[in-house]
Amino acid sequence: MGVIAASELPALPLHTAGKYVAAAYVVFFAIVLIYVAIMAVRLKRIERDVAELIDQQSAVAADRVELGDRESTPV
Amino acid sequence: MYGKGLRALSISTVVVMALALALVFFYAPLEAQEGFLQKIFYVHVPLAIVALGGFMLGGVFAILHLRTRDARWDMRSYVAIHMSLIFGLGALITGSIWAKGSWGHWWVWNEPTLVSFLIIFLLYATYQPLRFAIEDPERQARYASVFAITAGAFVPLNYIAVNLATAYVHPRVFSSTSNLPASMAFTLFVSLLAMALLYATLCKYELTAKHTRAQLRAARRLLEQRSPGGARTSQRRTRSAAPSVYPAPAPGRMAGGPL
Repeated sequence: MGVIAASELPALPLHTAGKYVAAAYVVFFAIVLIYVAIMAVRLKRIERDVAELIDQQSAVAADRVELGDRESTPV
Repeated sequence: MYGKGLRALSISTVVVMALALALVFFYAPLEAQEGFLQKIFYVHVPLAIVALGGFMLGGVFAILHLRTRDARWDMRSYVAIHMSLIFGLGALITGSIWAKGSWGHWWVWNEPTLVSFLIIFLLYATYQPLRFAIEDPERQARYASVFAITAGAFVPLNYIAVNLATAYVHPRVFSSTSNLPASMAFTLFVSLLAMALLYATLCKYELTAKHTRAQLRAARRLLEQRSPGGARTSQRRTRSAAPSVYPAPAPGRMAGGPL
């Protein structure tokens, strides 16, 4: 490939080529951004699941304490 | 486990990506025939190379899965192929935009490089449906590995076949006849490095997310098994194309056992 100075005439004028170049780079960054957005949604779901799990764990612990109290109480 | 070194990798990706963009727009000279339009080359070519490399990497991970029967290799193979499909889609779209600007057509069917890349992309597009079609996780992982190895071997063969074709209009980048000036070659190298780092970072994010979700599911199962009521609502594995690192316990298994 030969090289010319920026001021010299390119095959496509800058205003025409610029649209295509911008479109290509926008597509690339849009793909990355969409992926990051999907990851953000997944992270939110994981956060919600962890909170749910902690609630569940607390409930199980409370059940166990209650069960233990009942078993140790003399009849 | 998978999150180790993620921050350093993310920062280096951002830095190298910024450097690559600066080189593309402020350092690399304009090409004589295509002018400014040739700047697409620095995003399109690295995307395509990284996508094809990722497909082959998926095949290598699949070999390791079949050799060791370790589900983590299957997960790595799945993520490598999944990410390569995304990069491949990017390569197809940016290539199409470049073709429109350069040749006046969005797609040229008699161009071997374009068509062969599309064939590889469509071949790998069947990977996820194949996985989803098989319900048994063990069988799913095995069949997917065989697919990944076969398709991974097809990638370099396809590249060689296309290189042997004489009638092409697509520019050759890594060949003995390539006369890329040093400044353009350096910019391409940095762009390629940036794209490879982006691929590695996104793969690591995906692996970390999948591993965390699998750990969560395992923790939930354990909690349900150990709860006084012994509720077993989530023991059944929902059908998924994604591999599971922690398989669901067998239906008859006693509560409270190790994962």
